[in-house]
Amino acid sequence: MNLNRRSLLKLSAATMAAGTIGLPTFAQAIDELVIAYNVNLPSWDPTVGPSAVNPTIQGLYQSVFDQYILQQPDLTPAPGLLTEWGWSDDKKQVWMTVREGVTWHDGSPFTAEDVAWNLARVANPETGSPIQFVWGTLANHRVEGNKVIADVAQFDPTIFKWMYFLTGYVLPKVYYEKVGAEGFEAAPIGTGPYMVEKFERNAFVRLKANANYWGGKPDFDTVTIKFVPDAAARVAEVESGNSHVTLEMPYEEYDRLKGGPLAGVAAPISDIGMIFLNDIEAMTDPNVRKAAAHAIDKQAIIDRLLSGYGVKIDTLQTPEYDAYDASITVPYDEAKAIELLAASGYGPDNPVKFKIQTTKGFKPKDYEMVQAIVGLWRKVGIEAEIEVYEIAKHYELRAADQLAPAAFYNWGNSVGDPTTSTGFAMFGPSPHSVWDGDDLIGMIGPLWGEADEAKRIEGWKAVDKYIAENALVIPLLQYVQPILHAPGVVVTPHASGALLPHLMKRA
Amino acid sequence: MQILRLTILRLLTTLVTLAGVAVIVFFVIRVVPGNPIAMMLPPGATEADIARLSALYGLDQPLVTQFGIWLGGVVQGDFGTSITTRQPVLDLVLGRLPATLELSIMALVMAVIIGGAAALIGTRGRGTRTEGAVDVANGMALSVPDFLWGLVLMLVLGVLFPVFHISGRVTPSLDLPFVTNFYLFESLVRLRFDLWADLVAHMFMPALALAIPLAAVIGQLLKQSLKETMNLDYVTLARTKGYGETHVILREALRNAVLPTLTLVGVQFTFLIGGTVIIERLFSYEGLGNMAIDAVINRDLPLIQGIVILFAVIFTAVNLIVDLAYAVLNPRLRHA
Repeated sequence: MNLNRRSLLKLSAATMAAGTIGLPTFAQAIDELVIAYNVNLPSWDPTVGPSAVNPTIQGLYQSVFDQYILQQPDLTPAPGLLTEWGWSDDKKQVWMTVREGVTWHDGSPFTAEDVAWNLARVANPETGSPIQFVWGTLANHRVEGNKVIADVAQFDPTIFKWMYFLTGYVLPKVYYEKVGAEGFEAAPIGTGPYMVEKFERNAFVRLKANANYWGGKPDFDTVTIKFVPDAAARVAEVESGNSHVTLEMPYEEYDRLKGGPLAGVAAPISDIGMIFLNDIEAMTDPNVRKAAAHAIDKQAIIDRLLSGYGVKIDTLQTPEYDAYDASITVPYDEAKAIELLAASGYGPDNPVKFKIQTTKGFKPKDYEMVQAIVGLWRKVGIEAEIEVYEIAKHYELRAADQLAPAAFYNWGNSVGDPTTSTGFAMFGPSPHSVWDGDDLIGMIGPLWGEADEAKRIEGWKAVDKYIAENALVIPLLQYVQPILHAPGVVVTPHASGALLPHLMKRA
Repeated sequence: MQILRLTILRLLTTLVTLAGVAVIVFFVIRVVPGNPIAMMLPPGATEADIARLSALYGLDQPLVTQFGIWLGGVVQGDFGTSITTRQPVLDLVLGRLPATLELSIMALVMAVIIGGAAALIGTRGRGTRTEGAVDVANGMALSVPDFLWGLVLMLVLGVLFPVFHISGRVTPSLDLPFVTNFYLFESLVRLRFDLWADLVAHMFMPALALAIPLAAVIGQLLKQSLKETMNLDYVTLARTKGYGETHVILREALRNAVLPTLTLVGVQFTFLIGGTVIIERLFSYEGLGNMAIDAVINRDLPLIQGIVILFAVIFTAVNLIVDLAYAVLNPRLRHA
């Protein structure tokens, strides 16, 4: 190769041309939808390993794989690969009717055998499913025509909700057994709305529409999802026209851009911000706990720190959840907080002291919110020392019941069942709970296996009321997810927080 | 002979260094808070589930036993399996290494060009406003960290004047005929200038962000070195022969003045590779650094170990090469 001055100039020109010509603009019609996604996709198996329980990548999985049961944007279940499901009258068996006429991405037929194989696979402890403790409550899976029957080894009223929650995906039995786990990672197939065309780890995934999708062919034939973990880069991606859709950016940026060349949608999702209270040190005093809860002006925090993007909550249930009860409130009442603390001998001149832990930057304005809360507490006689930690440390401390007396955290519950919010967060024996009071354990215990659904939900509402009255945890807010997009695309937000390309249409 | 002895000595030192790094990284990441099992525990998991998952990933063994198993694998070229990606660690890190190396080398080339030009301009105009301007520019380049340069470049060349791509390494819709992961190099070999241009359009901003602080260091040191050399007798002699100032700088002074800069470039190159961690993340560049951050966030212990060991190998290798190059170029060492 001869490299002379002329060829160098040509190269330079080509570089600049590729840089400029290759960049899309808002005015152009959208042929290929490009999404700047906020996290990387580590693995294509949505049923095993840490990725399977990572809520932030479920939208990617749901683009390629179907869940047993479809979850609609408002979190309600709908027929998916299963068209009907239920328990036998004696609750000793479950039955599921499998949708007919569905094909895998390789054209082979989807059958009831696939469903039975998947359920048995994740119930097997050796498979490595993190949710094995749920799937293991079903046993002896068998196929009868287009129905799958399984015996109930241990009654779990939420088993069908897990079928549209973490790890509740259906993988192709024949294909998986043929290519193995490694082959599946290299070339995953599902029955979902999109097929994987190209995948570069830490870079992008390119999807092609599944023309045979049972739910109808998606609007965009080709979707490229770029993994852009940095929020500033994601904003730059949509602002420059390199990407058409992005999510999870600072609310100030969202407000700046949504009225300009971009459109925006901001809807509440199933993630909440909360403060765990550990029943140690000062938190064993009910007056301190209640004062801490009443001293927080949640709406002011939402308005001033989150630009109004948040929904104040007083229980661990959001309005979309099954056990939400609007009558349970813990109002902001500074005078009451002072009065409660005074009853225990504390006040601004003699503050009660404890530590509060928080992440910094893991969720929008997490540290700033805790700073504001500490400021509000100081006014009534609570002196809290802030300790910043990584989210990984939070998980470890929580599992070991070693959190500080107060610890900020965000909890996700995209199925909206009270067991997966109040239940797991507040039931003492759960490794995710740090409140060990016997009274609460006694209230929650019977609800795990309650077969009467109405009674079960009412039971959880009573638990939430008890928790609120005794300030055993401090729920703060339901997060709102900001999504920016080009005017040429219409985005339907999903309350689970999953950004789903097949719910996007041309404007 | 001297160089051979130096090489053997450095190789032995390198082995000891790598063994030390292996011990430190293995135990330190297990001592710091946060373990991968706690990261993947779903709500409702029991103690039995924790024990089952710990056993599945071999984390239930005593630390020394775990270390022995891991080290035994490493010696045989098996760095274990990534917990999050479920892929062999060696495949993952070697797959990403070319991207990081290409970015680092491009940044180094940019830094040498910019820094070298600044030094030459500053030397040519020493004692004038030009030198002052070069010093001010160097100071600014040094005092702003690379990630901030990245943000500035992203805003200016990515958003305001969208000349370059903001994220990624290559346009996803392009079909890549490559058989190696050295895309930039292979595109040139294959004479695929369209792909080469696309790759450069993606790499330009992250490479420049990495290059700017290093260019300032190179510029400062080379200028200082040139100024000292310009006062030496042989340079004065060249002037008296009637050579112009530019000729004297380029042909007479630069050869001798460049030696200290060469050593510095070698040392700084290792820091530059370390700096790719943040820059790759910012520009979503699919290199080792980007992968390293995910590995740390997810507490993917085998992957962290693999990446750190690979970084250590690169650092020691670069230092070795620089030392040998210095020995070869320096006549006093070469003829000793």
